[in-house]
Amino acid sequence: MSDSAFVQFSEVQKSYDGETLVVKNLNLDIARGEFVTMLGPSGSGKTTCLMMLAGFETATHGEIYLDGNGINNVAPHKRDIGMVFQNYALFPHMTVAENIAFPLEVRKTYSKTDIQDRVTKALEMVKLPEFGTRRPAQLSGGQQQRVALARSLVFEPKLVLLDEPLGALDKNLREEMQYELKHIHENLGLTMVFVTHDQSEALTMSDRIAVFDDGIIQQIDTPSELYEKPQNAFVAYFIGENNRFTGIVKSDENGQCSVELNNEQGVVIAKNVNIDGIGKPTTLSLRPERVCLNPEPGSLPNIFDAKVEELIYLGDHIRSRVCIASNDEFIVKIPNSNLHEQLSEGQTVSLGWSAEDCRALDA
Amino acid sequence: MNTSATHSEIVKTADGIPLKVSLAKAQRKSRIRGILLVLPLFAFILLTFFIPIFDMLFRSVENHLVPEVMENTSKLLVNWDDRSGELPSEEVFAAAKMDFEKGHAERTILRVGRRLNYETPGFASLFRKTARRAKNFEPPYQDAFIERDKRWGEIDTWRLIKRESGAFTISYYLAAMDLAYAPDGSVGMRSETQRIYLKLFWRTLVLSAFITFLCLFLAYPIAHLLSTLPIRTSNLLMIMVLLPFWTSLLVRTTAWIALLQQEGVINDLLVGMGLLSDDGRLAMIHNATGTVVAMTHILLPFMVLPLYSIMKTIPPSYMRAAKNLGATPAVAFIRVYFPNTVSGIGAGCILVFIISIGYYITPALVGGTDGTLISNFIAYHMSISLNWGLAAALGVILLVVVLVLYYLYDRIVGIDKMKFA
Repeated sequence: MSDSAFVQFSEVQKSYDGETLVVKNLNLDIARGEFVTMLGPSGSGKTTCLMMLAGFETATHGEIYLDGNGINNVAPHKRDIGMVFQNYALFPHMTVAENIAFPLEVRKTYSKTDIQDRVTKALEMVKLPEFGTRRPAQLSGGQQQRVALARSLVFEPKLVLLDEPLGALDKNLREEMQYELKHIHENLGLTMVFVTHDQSEALTMSDRIAVFDDGIIQQIDTPSELYEKPQNAFVAYFIGENNRFTGIVKSDENGQCSVELNNEQGVVIAKNVNIDGIGKPTTLSLRPERVCLNPEPGSLPNIFDAKVEELIYLGDHIRSRVCIASNDEFIVKIPNSNLHEQLSEGQTVSLGWSAEDCRALDA
Repeated sequence: MNTSATHSEIVKTADGIPLKVSLAKAQRKSRIRGILLVLPLFAFILLTFFIPIFDMLFRSVENHLVPEVMENTSKLLVNWDDRSGELPSEEVFAAAKMDFEKGHAERTILRVGRRLNYETPGFASLFRKTARRAKNFEPPYQDAFIERDKRWGEIDTWRLIKRESGAFTISYYLAAMDLAYAPDGSVGMRSETQRIYLKLFWRTLVLSAFITFLCLFLAYPIAHLLSTLPIRTSNLLMIMVLLPFWTSLLVRTTAWIALLQQEGVINDLLVGMGLLSDDGRLAMIHNATGTVVAMTHILLPFMVLPLYSIMKTIPPSYMRAAKNLGATPAVAFIRVYFPNTVSGIGAGCILVFIISIGYYITPALVGGTDGTLISNFIAYHMSISLNWGLAAALGVILLVVVLVLYYLYDRIVGIDKMKFA
């Protein structure tokens, strides 16, 4: 694996103050042409990793390899890595065309006409062919974003880093840009590393997602695996919506364990994913859309009575918060179709789910 | 532009009043309140700044003394042709006798003498001498005058009085530019030894430019450091930058004297270390060096602050982006960081240059002879020679120079690009 890896973090650690580690022992391989997202809450170390890759921070320990070569001692301007910054970092005193020409001009290997051709092509690629003579301040956020992207791609870097590039855009524009970025990635066959704290962005765009927390990659997987099969409580909590129970593992057979809920609220049969052992505490994770409303008695291993606390109408579905087994933050998503009866607040319903959908994770 | 309304018809509010009228009415109250708020300051500035300044500047051209005190003479001299080669008529001398007599009684004639002494030395004594006896002059007055002093028989004397008997004069400006009337009335450069002010103006400009450059050179790295350090450290540094502001100007200047004088700390140190011989002590004060050193120190904060406020607004991601795009640190600085600080450089340089061009106290204390600036001579004429007209003329020229430089700056860099904070 490490031989074929295009970017490789090998036992990388980073500390700013010599007392705490911001990145703790990071090992990550990124294949050529892959779109990898580093996802995590702020302070999780994801941006630090990106900055180390770009060369603006040095690793305290460990080595980062790019295309098989260690780059710890390579200056940022010699790395040939394109980067789109959080606030675009377009140079305000240059026109759009000058901004895009900048990386070509400083390389001194391109002729004047060549630079012009490439700038024109780059502007066409980001669909802004008419905007070359404008100043960045005269562009909208989305247009600035595209220029920043064009500038980071125009010198044909081996690797492109994107540091929360869509964070400052409004929702519609953000979604549009997500697809555009994805298409550029596919068309140019680039390797891209994307940093975001927005999980839906990560799920839409990535080949693989590395979920960061506390300086550690909690899980790295494809979007669907990550969503469907979170390996620990943090990932389950961070990706998508999820309902949580805490309890003690009572038995564990054939990958299924029975968990006695805290406060003697009953026993739940769950899939053993990542428990510490029998008698140890565990967190159960259950996606709201996997909860069944009024199941046939006996059809599911887990059936509980719940009291409807709150109903929120969201158009395509109704989000209802219910109190179940003394957990009053349990969310159920009820599709808005006439197959389902209308609920009313205060009503008692029965809810059920399969053992397969309920994952027993670390405490 | 709001031309659309005028092209079609006037936009009206619901009750038919034109929108503009309605808007003006709605805003009138707040506008009046705004005017009332700035009125005290406006009145203050008008009374204590603009009126005195204009009064002062007016003195550079006004010339009421001669035509007022020598009223009769002035009127008659208008008809005298100073190119005829003849002395004015007896009538003029008779008028002069009256003026001298009256002026002596009212004690104003000596002031005219002093005034004309600015133009040609010796007039003060001539007038004093004549005024004492004018009462006793007997006709023919021409002979009486010439008998009293033979200068009254010279055409140049009367030419000068005729020239300066108008209500306005340009002679202060001529003096301020080292020009003078030749005896025949034409304007030419003063003799080499009498030229002072052009050299002083030039020295003031050169020293100010040099001080500005030094300030920029010293302030740029400090301002950069201030803008990039964590807030705690940068606040401490900022206090150190501002510390000179909290100390008296005189104390700071005196401290420089203690440091730089021949028996001062630096010379003692250099001699003590054997780098200088005892009789080879450096002259670092009471000359241009002293002025430059002390003024650079005093004006440094004026450069640091505008630079700092500009650099603070440059996100660190600009430099990172430049490096990431392949620029070496030097290229990134020259092509990305530096152009973004130009507005701060402009503001700082204009500030320091304009302050130093009119600086007075420090050059007066540490400037010696070759480190004094034009403002020291303005002060000299204000308080010692009492030639306010010349002081005013020098001040006006200084003002014009500053305005021209400001205009050039606007054309080259653009005033709107200048940011102080």
